[in-house]
Amino acid sequence: MEHVAAAARTAPPPAVPTSVRSRNDLTVFFRRVLNTRGASFGLAVTALMIVLAVLADVVAPYSPADQDYDSILQSPSVAHWMGTDNLGRDNLSRIIFGSRVSIQAGVVAVSIAVTIGTLLGVAAGYWRGWTDDVLMRLCDALWSFPAIILALFIAAALGPGLVNAMIAIGIVFIPVIARLVRGSAMSIREREFVLAAKVLGAADVRIMLSHVLPNVLAPVIVQGSLLIAYAIIVEATLSFLGLGVQPPEPSWGSMLKAAAQYMQVAPWLSFFPGVAIFVTVLGLNLLGDGLRRALDPRLRGRGEA
Amino acid sequence: MQAIPTLLLVTLVTFSITMLLPGDPALAFLGEAQAMDKVAYNAMRQELGLDQPIPVQYVLWLNRAVHGDLGTSIRTREPVVEAIRNRFPITLQLTAVAMAIALLVALPVGIISAVRPNSWLDSIGTLLAMSGQAVPSFWFGIMLIVVFALWLGWLPPSGYTSPTVSLSTNLSMMLLPALALGVEQAAVVMRQVRSALIDVLHQEYVTTAWAKGLSERAVVNRHALKNALIPVVTIIGLQTGRLFGGAVVVETIFAMPGLGRLAADSIFFRDFPSLQGVVLVLALAVFFSNLLTDALYSYLDPRIRYA
Repeated sequence: MEHVAAAARTAPPPAVPTSVRSRNDLTVFFRRVLNTRGASFGLAVTALMIVLAVLADVVAPYSPADQDYDSILQSPSVAHWMGTDNLGRDNLSRIIFGSRVSIQAGVVAVSIAVTIGTLLGVAAGYWRGWTDDVLMRLCDALWSFPAIILALFIAAALGPGLVNAMIAIGIVFIPVIARLVRGSAMSIREREFVLAAKVLGAADVRIMLSHVLPNVLAPVIVQGSLLIAYAIIVEATLSFLGLGVQPPEPSWGSMLKAAAQYMQVAPWLSFFPGVAIFVTVLGLNLLGDGLRRALDPRLRGRGEA
Repeated sequence: MQAIPTLLLVTLVTFSITMLLPGDPALAFLGEAQAMDKVAYNAMRQELGLDQPIPVQYVLWLNRAVHGDLGTSIRTREPVVEAIRNRFPITLQLTAVAMAIALLVALPVGIISAVRPNSWLDSIGTLLAMSGQAVPSFWFGIMLIVVFALWLGWLPPSGYTSPTVSLSTNLSMMLLPALALGVEQAAVVMRQVRSALIDVLHQEYVTTAWAKGLSERAVVNRHALKNALIPVVTIIGLQTGRLFGGAVVVETIFAMPGLGRLAADSIFFRDFPSLQGVVLVLALAVFFSNLLTDALYSYLDPRIRYA
């Protein structure tokens, strides 16, 4: 989180995004995204992962819970492409089903952060004054905690389980979104259309929701896609430490935890779930980067990584 | 001064989450059998201050924390401060070595990428950076153990030896975990070096340097790099939190008795005074390192001071 956060902190407030309303603009926008290096690869990987997660029942060669005691800890073969675990379960099928947990964890955690963070950020940036002071000091405070440690701490307080892990990660990410939105909201509140709405007698809440909010969302979407990638790593970390998904439900983190005992005899059990995390996170990062560059005219055409 | 309220909020957040942790500390200290004794149980609650209202408990806790008392570990019965003092140097060494490895890789690759943007070298650099950011450090650690310790047998798979006992053993045990922890940092720093240097290379004073007929080496090393490294220093400072977070899992995998391992163990054994202490100390470390980074930033870049 810190590097995205740091970027948000050191960079000047993002330029007010050109709104992409008409269909034509959207086409141009998507072409721009796909033209950036790696973004099409990122989109393809992300799409593939979503399809695998949705169609897990159809795609997976075995049930993730099927135990076959005749083929325990087998190395990768034609029957089991990624080998089998200590209970004779098919590693590939468990990884495919595990994608559901990872994607769900990433999306839900970031949705929590985006919903709360955006509202807080708009309120802080629009109202300024003591609301801003209090919210931003709180963000600073939350920011002082290393992300993984705060997530661990909150997850420990809430108790193990996927839902609690998602809530914990969501809370940890709130400051990132809140700060980002605050910066945009502060510049938008000075714009003429906001003044016009104020002169017309619109209430603060109305201005915030129907004028400020739509104009701060673009950078949030970019940051969100990058945060989903990081959320997937944090969820895997929590599950690896025993605080996230509980066995026997397959998740990449909990599979790595179980596999650690068999490092020597069955390294493939440790290898493949990590590759799954790596590929998914890489895809999301590339996609997020493409979105960022397409939205930020300063980065366009500079081959900025 | 915004630092003081933030600092207080850090302690308040730590205290509040601890309040949510499941379980009764008095019960945990006494054990089930002794807790049956109502008198002993109430005495213990009183001793731990649990009979006070929660705001009072916070003030009492904060007062003790300021005086260097973070309570007693439920598991080992040793003072939490003592455990942290013994383990913090290990985590600091691990994170420092990790950062050193990261800089060793990231600076040259980042500079080459920036000087030759969009070349094949740059493409490889970018690919490395994107990959480094996508690798979960704990998985990378496991893979390093499998390859370098189990298969090749070059390095010990886990453990820790103090540098005062044997420096070479210490470093050989430190290498794999530091690599696992450093790969992500290398990626972050690499990207930052590249983009900062590209920015600077587009500035007019660099054009002037070229126009004077200076060699590429002189332009990049003497003129551009100095300014490009300022934001890099900031990023390195702001990465402290990421490093400490990564240390939790990496120390767990490599069985290193550092602070991260203490945090993971405290969760596993429900040793909440220890957990609270570690979280507070790490948050304070990150807080002060951010503060220091800000100060360093304006020291290195006079434009910030005089703006």
